[in-house]
Amino acid sequence: MALVLTEEQSMLRDSARGLISDKAPVSHLRSLRDSKDPTGFSKELWHSFAEMGFAGLLVPEEFGGSGLGFMEAGIVMEEIGRTLMPSPFLATSVVAASALNRGGNAAQKSEYLPKISNGSLLATLAIDEGAKHRPLQTNLQAVRAGNGFKLSGAKALVVDGHVADLLIVAARTAGAAGEREGLTLFLVNPAAKGVAIERTIMVDAHNAARIEFANVEVNADSVLGEVDQGAALLDGVLDIGRGTVAAEMVGLSDEVFNRTVEYLKSRKQFGKLIGEFQALQHRAAELYVDIEITRAATMKALQALDADVAKAASSVAVAKARAGTTATRAVQEGVQMHGGMGMTDQFDIGFFMKRARVCEELFGDANYHTEQLARARGY
Amino acid sequence: MTDSKPSDTESAELETFRAETRAWLEANCPPEMRKPATSDADVFWGGRNAKFSSEPQRIWFERMRDKGWTVPDWPREYGGGGLSAAEHKVLRAEMAKMGARPPLSSFGIWMLGPALLKYGNDAQKKEHLPKIAAGEIRWCQGYSEPNAGSDLASLQTRAESDGDDFVITGSKIWTSYANYADWIFCLVRTDPTAKKHDGISFILFDMTSKGVTTKPILLISGYSPFCETFFDGVRVPKSHVVGTINRGWDVAKYLLQHERAMISGMGERGVGRPLGQIAADSVGTDGQGKLDDAMLRGKIATFDVDEAALAACAERAVDLAKAGQAHPAFSSAMKYYGTELNKRRYEILMSAGGVDVLEWESERSRQGARPRAWLRTKANSIEGGTSEVMLGIVAKRILDLPGA
Repeated sequence: MALVLTEEQSMLRDSARGLISDKAPVSHLRSLRDSKDPTGFSKELWHSFAEMGFAGLLVPEEFGGSGLGFMEAGIVMEEIGRTLMPSPFLATSVVAASALNRGGNAAQKSEYLPKISNGSLLATLAIDEGAKHRPLQTNLQAVRAGNGFKLSGAKALVVDGHVADLLIVAARTAGAAGEREGLTLFLVNPAAKGVAIERTIMVDAHNAARIEFANVEVNADSVLGEVDQGAALLDGVLDIGRGTVAAEMVGLSDEVFNRTVEYLKSRKQFGKLIGEFQALQHRAAELYVDIEITRAATMKALQALDADVAKAASSVAVAKARAGTTATRAVQEGVQMHGGMGMTDQFDIGFFMKRARVCEELFGDANYHTEQLARARGY
Repeated sequence: MTDSKPSDTESAELETFRAETRAWLEANCPPEMRKPATSDADVFWGGRNAKFSSEPQRIWFERMRDKGWTVPDWPREYGGGGLSAAEHKVLRAEMAKMGARPPLSSFGIWMLGPALLKYGNDAQKKEHLPKIAAGEIRWCQGYSEPNAGSDLASLQTRAESDGDDFVITGSKIWTSYANYADWIFCLVRTDPTAKKHDGISFILFDMTSKGVTTKPILLISGYSPFCETFFDGVRVPKSHVVGTINRGWDVAKYLLQHERAMISGMGERGVGRPLGQIAADSVGTDGQGKLDDAMLRGKIATFDVDEAALAACAERAVDLAKAGQAHPAFSSAMKYYGTELNKRRYEILMSAGGVDVLEWESERSRQGARPRAWLRTKANSIEGGTSEVMLGIVAKRILDLPGA
C-alpha cells in the first residue's frame, strides 16, 4: 500500500478541511474558552459532523456508520489539529466506537453504535489514574457483587467526561496494579449512583474530567469483552487512539509551521525580512524535515492499524513518539520565531503550544512510546 | 476503487510476482551473500580490473546480472530488468527480508545511469548503459575541485574547443575510487565568459586517456576512498558531452538528486542486528534484560524511533515520486536527515563498544573495522552537499524563504 492518499482520501480531506476551516477556525476555540462554554464544543457543528458521516466514520455500515478505516480517521484528526477544533470526534467516534466495535457483543453494538453514528450519543474511555499514562497500572477496583460488580476508584483526563452519555471504564477485576491479567472494561452510565464527575478546565481549553467511582453498581451485561482479559482489547483501542492523536499532532505541527514560515516572510528587522537570516532558515528547514518524517511515520502507523490492529504496536509507538517530539519542537520554534507576538494571548500560536502539551500526554508521551519500542526489540 | 489504487487483477499479479521473486531469490542467493557486507572486500564494484573476493560473490553477481537485476528498473534493452516501480519495490523488500546484498555497487548504477536515461542520446545510452548493468565499466565522478566544494558551480576545470574535440585541463578532488575507475563523468567549464551556472558541460571520458593522473588521499579512517585527479590537456571528442554543451548544470543537478538519495540510504536500514542487541554484548544487561546503561539505552531507543520513521519517509518519497507528487528538492531533506542519523548510529556503536572498539590494527578487530567505519561516516554529511547546503536548499526551494 502506497504511503500517499488515494483520490477518495484526498476528497475526504478536502471536505473535512472545508467544513472545519470554515466553521471552526482557532477563533472558535477561543470564543468557547472565553465564554466558559458549559459544553466545551459546538453541538451544532457536531450535528454537521454526523450528517457528513464523520461521527460514525469507523462504525460499520450495518450500524449506520461509514465503515471507513483508521487512515481516514487520521485524515479527519489531522484537519482537526490544524484549527484545534474541540470535538467529540476523538473520544466518541474514534476511541469509544473502536472499543465497542472491537469488544462489544451483538446487543451492545446494536444499542450504542447507531447512536454514535447519528451523533446522538457521546462516549469516552476512562483509563488514566496517575500523572502519567500507565494502562497496566490500572487500580480502579471492580469486585463481584450479586449478579454484577461494584466499581471503586478514580480516573483522570477523561476526555469529554462531563458531557459523555456513556463511560467505558478500565477496571481491575483481578491481579495487582502492573499486571496484564485481571483488567476488565465496563460500560457505565455516568448518571449512576456513586459516579462523581468534576469537569477540569484544562490548559488547552479542551474537555476533560476527573471522575470518582464510589461503589458504583453495574450488572454483568455491562462488561465489554471478557472479564479479566481486557488488556488485549485495551491495547488495540489505545493504539487506535495513539495513531489518530499522532495524526492530530501532525496537523497541529504543520499548521504552526506554515504560520511561522509566513511570519518569517513578512516580518522585517534590521532592514531585512527575518526569513533571510540563515540562522532562522536552517532551523525552519530542520523543522520541515522533522514534520515530513513524522507525517510518513504516522501514515505508516495508520496503515498498519488498518491492516491488523494487533500487529501495529511498534509502528504506532514510533508514530506517537515522533509526533510528541516533533509537535513539541514545532510549537516552541513557533513561539520563539514569532518573538514577543508569540507570547501574547491575542495571537493564536499559544493555543497550539497548549494543545500540543495535552496531546503529548494523551495515551502516552514520547518517552513512554520510546520505552515500548526498546522493550519490543528486546534491550 | 480509485485510479491510484491497484485493481484486484494488478494486486494479484503483484502477489504472483512476489511469490516467484521470493522463490527465485531463495534458490539463487548463496547463503554467504545473505549477510550484511562488513568490509570493502564484501562489496563488488565491477570494472575492467574487477576481482571477486569469493566464489559466492561471483555466482550471485552473475545470476543477478543475467536476470537484469543489477538494475531492476532499467529497460531491458539496456541490460535492465524492466520492472515497474511496484515490482521493483517488491524485489527490494524481498531482498531486504532475506538480507541479500546488492550484487553490484556502482556509481554508474546510482548516479550516471539515471542521468543518461534522462539526458543521454541514443548512441550514449547504447554504449554505456549495458556496460554499467553488466559491471564491465566502473565509473567515477569528477565534480568537486579544490576551490569548488559547497560552491560547486564555481568549478574551473577548462575544456577548450579544438575541432571535434575538447582539450581538458584542471584538477578534481574527492573523486571516489578514481584510482580504480575506468571512466569518469565530469563537469568542465566550456564557456569561461558565461555566468557560473551557464558555462558548464557534462562530459564522459576514459580514465586511461593521455594526461589523466590520480593520487589517493589518506583519510582519518586510514583508508583512501577518494583521490585527487589531474587533467593535463586530455583530448575528448565533443560527442561525449551529455545533454547540451554549456547546459551541463541541469544534468549535474539531476544527478545530484540521485546521489543524495543514495547517500541518505547508506545507513543500511533494517539490516543486521538491532543496535540494542549489539550494545548488550558489551555493556551487559540487568535482571530484566535491559541494557545496563540507562542513558545509552535511551539514546538507542530514540535512534530506533527516528530510524523507523525515516524508513517510512523514504518509502513515502518513492511513492510520492511514483504518483508525480514529489518535490524535486526533497532528496536534499532526506540526505540531510539520513546522513545525520548515520553519524548518530556510529556514535552509539562506538559508545556501546567502549574500549573493545578502539583497536586499529589487529585480526581481532578486523583491522579496526568499527572505528574506521565510524570515522568514515563523518564524511556523509559533507559529501554530495553538506548538511548546511542541504538545509539551505530546503529553505529556499521548498519553503521559498527569501534571499539566496
